[in-house]
Amino acid sequence: MRVGLFVTCLVDLMRPSIGFAAIKLLEAAGCEVHVPATQTCCGQPGYNAGDRAAARALAAKVLDEFDGCDYVVAPSGSCAGMIRTHYPGLFRDEAHLAVRVERLCARTYELTDFLASVAGLEAVPGTYTGTVTYHDSCSGLRELGVKRQPRALLARMSGVELREMPDCEQCCGFGGTFAVKFGAVSAAIADRKCEAIEASGARAVVLGDLGCMLNIEGRLRRRGNEAIAVLHVAEVLAGSVRS
Amino acid sequence: MHFKASAGGALGDAVLQANLARFGASGFALARARAVEAYGAAEFERLRTAGAEIRDRALATLDAYIERFEREAAARGATVLFAETGAEACELVLEVCRRHGLKKAIKSKSMLSEEAGLNEALAAAGVEPVETDLGEYIIQLAGEPPSHIIAPAVHKSKDAVADLFAAHHRSPRKTDIGEMTREARAVLRGHFVSADLGISGGNFLIAETGSGVIVTNEGNGRMVTTLPRVHVCITGIEKVIPTLEDFATLLRLLPRSATGQAISNYVSLFTGPRRAGDRDGPEHMYFILVDAGRTNLVGGDMQAMLRCIRCGACMNHCPVYRTVGGHAYGWVYPGPMGAILTPSYVGLENALELPQAATLCNQCGVVCPVRIPLPDLLRQLREQEVERRLRPRGEMLALRAWSWVAQRPRLYALATRWVARVLRVVGGGSGRIRRLPGASGWTRERDLPAPRGATFRDLYRRTGARPAPNAQPGASAPR
Repeated sequence: MRVGLFVTCLVDLMRPSIGFAAIKLLEAAGCEVHVPATQTCCGQPGYNAGDRAAARALAAKVLDEFDGCDYVVAPSGSCAGMIRTHYPGLFRDEAHLAVRVERLCARTYELTDFLASVAGLEAVPGTYTGTVTYHDSCSGLRELGVKRQPRALLARMSGVELREMPDCEQCCGFGGTFAVKFGAVSAAIADRKCEAIEASGARAVVLGDLGCMLNIEGRLRRRGNEAIAVLHVAEVLAGSVRS
Repeated sequence: MHFKASAGGALGDAVLQANLARFGASGFALARARAVEAYGAAEFERLRTAGAEIRDRALATLDAYIERFEREAAARGATVLFAETGAEACELVLEVCRRHGLKKAIKSKSMLSEEAGLNEALAAAGVEPVETDLGEYIIQLAGEPPSHIIAPAVHKSKDAVADLFAAHHRSPRKTDIGEMTREARAVLRGHFVSADLGISGGNFLIAETGSGVIVTNEGNGRMVTTLPRVHVCITGIEKVIPTLEDFATLLRLLPRSATGQAISNYVSLFTGPRRAGDRDGPEHMYFILVDAGRTNLVGGDMQAMLRCIRCGACMNHCPVYRTVGGHAYGWVYPGPMGAILTPSYVGLENALELPQAATLCNQCGVVCPVRIPLPDLLRQLREQEVERRLRPRGEMLALRAWSWVAQRPRLYALATRWVARVLRVVGGGSGRIRRLPGASGWTRERDLPAPRGATFRDLYRRTGARPAPNAQPGASAPR
């Protein structure tokens, strides 16, 4: 099973360890991992900002780069959701590409969704000991139905104790450029998320999208919370973070 | 309209924030979730699909259904009038007032009346408008616009209402909600019996019977539509649906989506004025169907918005609405539906910030009873802003530069390598950035967890799939 890893631009720049954790997990699931060297961005920033042409150009690039893969997997519900849910619309006037776009969409997965639903990863390679709470990122949850998959994988780790927070499906206030354009509103929304995380009593919040991670971690620290770790689910599952 | 400035004010308003917190914690969203669970989640999804289909079917040949409605309503003795603008609608109501010599209007809730500025027009013409929905009554006393389409006074605290009532009712200040409600009820009774005009909105107009429908909880709507000599129902042209059967389906959706009720306390259908032998009902009945920008949406990108049945679920579930309240949206309609309707009706150039003021989390889209793809519509409005060059130059340049570089992998690799290095240096030993010139929109409110310095692509090229030793723990794992 040849799996193309879509690293995502944020992981590439901000937290490469997530990319390596994803590789470790995919290999543990028996996949041959292919990382196209020319990949950059799925086009979502332009797409959500209203620059459709830019989004389409980057989507065409992704289409080419992952042509030879059986599956495309991203450690991000947001980027995988962009491909699966929104690429067809970007190419709706280009009938000659329709089959390729459809094929790409059908084999693109968010990482935990792929590991749990497609690859059937049984033995999670990492170890982690501690209490965690899980934040459901918007795109993964509402575009791809990622909800039970990360929890099912975490449940296979004997040291992990999941303590659900209230309103775990509520948006953290990131929203891409929204977080910068309306920083104060975004931070106020993030405050409620921080309070929910703190109310769970968990030592770490685990999630599957780097955008939300940067927002939640950034706000937690600014609020003076130095105690709660903000971890990508891939890092926990791969054992690449200290307990 | 300046969303950002108004939102800033809303964030700093402690009373509003307390009210919004209460609304979020115990409000309509929770009630809806329970109602959907009781109904059966899968069955409710089918109901949403059916609701969307009914609305689409009605809108596809709306002109024919409007004509049918007009014929059927006229056959039952009602008069159907059409207004192209809100101002025309006001003029039509004033004409009715002049024709019948009307001096005092009791009103049940109508968002179209807010769109048209009907209360101001009535008052200016010497007709006293009295809002009788409790929330509308409160904000009329306060001289404020509604902040929610079904809970117009949700921004007000009990204390603020107590002050208002004490001042306007000239009675001792009460703080028990039951007592306050009874006092308002007693005051409103006098208005109900002394008014000669009743003005209602219309949740739906039913083409096959020429009926109007209002869905309410307080009973005031029923008095407004039956007690005064004349009843005027004023609503948007898009509210016409084909049949009573369609109405039955939509009625299963509306209260559950709005307040979590299986059915509202009152569902009033009104079909023509009082007939010979009827014990009550108005002598004259008018329907005023208002366009006010709706026709412009037909056949365009925003057509799906015309499905809206005004339940408020989108705002009840919106993280932005729940944080800043309704007034920040600047016009009649707040929340996600407002962020689409306001630019559609008052012009995109007059509401540039609204389509941007959303995280696109899609909490609105998944609860909309008629499956309006609200985030997609917001995104399309953003596209229109770009196409019409309505975005700031700096923003456009930054976006263009980003996508230009992202399409050139070697340049991109070089650029990100440098950005990562710079961020690492700025982050210093703490691994986090508290101030970053050019990114103050982020760092004013949040730290930026800094990268360790090398990009994934550089590490991967150097080491293959093995993670580099220093790439391991999270960039700013707690110490």
